[in-house]
Amino acid sequence: MGAEFVMLSLPPILIGVCAALACALPGNFLLLRRQALIGDAISHVVLPGIVVAFLLTGRVAAVPMMLGAGAAALMSVLLIEAVRRLGRIEPGAAMGVVFSAMFAGGVLLLEQSSASGVHLDVQHALYGNLESLIWFDGYGWGALLDASALRELPSELLRMAAVLAIVVLFIALFWRVLVISTFDEGFARTLGLPVRALALALVAMAAMAAVAAFDAVGSIIVIAMFICPPGAARMMTDRMGAQVAWSAGFAALSAVLGYVLAGYGPLWLGYGNAVSAAGMIAVVSGGILALAAVFGPCRGGGVVRAG
Amino acid sequence: MLWEALTLGLGYNATLVTIGAAMLGFAAGATGVFLYLARRALVSDAIGHATLPGVVAGFMVMVALGGEGRFLPGLMLGAAVSAGLGLWVISWLTARTRLGEDAAIGAVLSVFYGLGVVLLTVVQVMQAGKQAGLETFLLGATAGMLRAEALMIAGGGALVLALVFVLRRPMTIAAFDPGYAAGQGIGLRAVDLAMMGLALGITVIGLKVVGAVMIVALLIIPPVAARLWSERVDAVVILAGLFGGVAGYLGAALSATAPDLPTGPLIVLAGFAIFVLSLLMAPARGVLAAGLAHWRFQRRVHLRQGLLALAGDQPIYEPLTLRLMRRAGLVRADGVATTRGRAQAARARLDERRWQMLRSLPEFEAAAARHDGLSPLDEVLTPDQIAALDRHLGPEGVA
Repeated sequence: MGAEFVMLSLPPILIGVCAALACALPGNFLLLRRQALIGDAISHVVLPGIVVAFLLTGRVAAVPMMLGAGAAALMSVLLIEAVRRLGRIEPGAAMGVVFSAMFAGGVLLLEQSSASGVHLDVQHALYGNLESLIWFDGYGWGALLDASALRELPSELLRMAAVLAIVVLFIALFWRVLVISTFDEGFARTLGLPVRALALALVAMAAMAAVAAFDAVGSIIVIAMFICPPGAARMMTDRMGAQVAWSAGFAALSAVLGYVLAGYGPLWLGYGNAVSAAGMIAVVSGGILALAAVFGPCRGGGVVRAG
Repeated sequence: MLWEALTLGLGYNATLVTIGAAMLGFAAGATGVFLYLARRALVSDAIGHATLPGVVAGFMVMVALGGEGRFLPGLMLGAAVSAGLGLWVISWLTARTRLGEDAAIGAVLSVFYGLGVVLLTVVQVMQAGKQAGLETFLLGATAGMLRAEALMIAGGGALVLALVFVLRRPMTIAAFDPGYAAGQGIGLRAVDLAMMGLALGITVIGLKVVGAVMIVALLIIPPVAARLWSERVDAVVILAGLFGGVAGYLGAALSATAPDLPTGPLIVLAGFAIFVLSLLMAPARGVLAAGLAHWRFQRRVHLRQGLLALAGDQPIYEPLTLRLMRRAGLVRADGVATTRGRAQAARARLDERRWQMLRSLPEFEAAAARHDGLSPLDEVLTPDQIAALDRHLGPEGVA
């Protein structure tokens, strides 16, 4: 627990925590607005955008790939809306049609290009590569105070932290408006609040978090963090502020515990090799949700409340 | 090459795979209709992702027992068990907690999938080299599929299809009107279980061909496309089956023509192409049909307004109206009415006056409700009624 931890484990844990928080915070509102599956849709549709960006630039670079992912996410929103309006198709099914088709297009492009095999493969997109985000200059705890070493931190950490800051700022600034429009859209409209713009901004925040997290840690964490921590938090309290706080705690706990269990758990059990950290973080968040669903004080539900 | 693939000319194995995929697509399309009608299409996404830990666990168990890890029926059994567990968790979360079904779907989908990935990394270490086939269950692969596997997929598809045929009545009634279904003595829980069971069956069968991540497309896209063509359940089911079958056939055949064309995405994209065509071409709900209907309506409104203007000796300035009337031979190039134009204008004015009178008379209330401002009155009323109406108008009105 010294230099090795700082170099190998600290950056992935920090990135994991940032990604988990950035997804879980807007997830609270999406959950209450019954848009929980938006994280699922976004993490599927960004694949073609990333692949196209890779094909156009010819290299694995974060900025063009995130631009591509953002463009793909935007396109999917427009497509879903078009399918919904033109065919008068219910939103869930319209979403299913669009995201599965776009994902299939992304996989096809990927297999067609020479991209498969190198860093950009389907597995990477699906599982993420949290373990590979190593801080080569992290020679020990002292490196945290060393400017030249800090500059060599994985760029994912900086990006993820920036995205988290933007998300936190957005939610803090628009807290009251967001809460009102989430719980009672009609009332929010009578107050003259820009309900539609707010809903759009929320989805945009979620998309930004999803795209950045997708790049750093893969799609499983994105989908799990949008839903599991807010879902578990919802069973703990009836108050929105407390729910957001709980969800942040659960998200951070999932990320840390998941990473530690994935990295060190197998060693404790006598295996020599670590398992997927991204997968483990999702599993831990699911475990937390399960505990909250069984023991949470406010798990609600028709049956329990009626008694 | 392409033609040979489409006519099943690429050898025995490719032919078997193509037929298996077509059968799978047909069964998936028909099954998906009921999920779509019950507004639960996205449950199939959770079912698909939830199979992954079962597949990997099945592999580990079979290897631990000293067997061949890639034995497909064993993997499918594992997939069915874990997807079934996932379905149970979704219904438990929805019924017993305050989470909605969408959140339950997302939670199950991501957690089971994460668990599958964790198990996959365990297998990769445990059985280096031997697990090579397992990743194909994520995105599907038909290359190197065994004859028995292809036959099993086709057979499983046929079985699901037969069950859909048997259960179509209760599933339809339960989807449209659960209250009525319960009144008819149909057990809603049993129907729901059967529907989810069929979707699960499709998922397990299709896992090898399109993979856990994309199986949802087979259950959603063909039904949504078919729904655009018809308002009748029977027709939608058959059409969805056909669309799914064609998508499976095209996708599998195309992917056999080159090594780097994966089957799953091609099947999904073939289905999506059918959907886009349907969205454009479908007779009543299609974009082209809607555009055409709008244009016809616009034309009728303009002509009617033009004729009423002629009848009132008012000049027409609106360019589209003028153009339409000139083309119909109702006015000359300088805007002066032709004989035919004057005759039709008189008729339009009479129609308008009769409608006005009709709306003021209580005995014509039912007919007045059907007034759209355009239909000629003699399409709405009988000659007797028109005669009665004209008596109210008096002599100068008819003239």
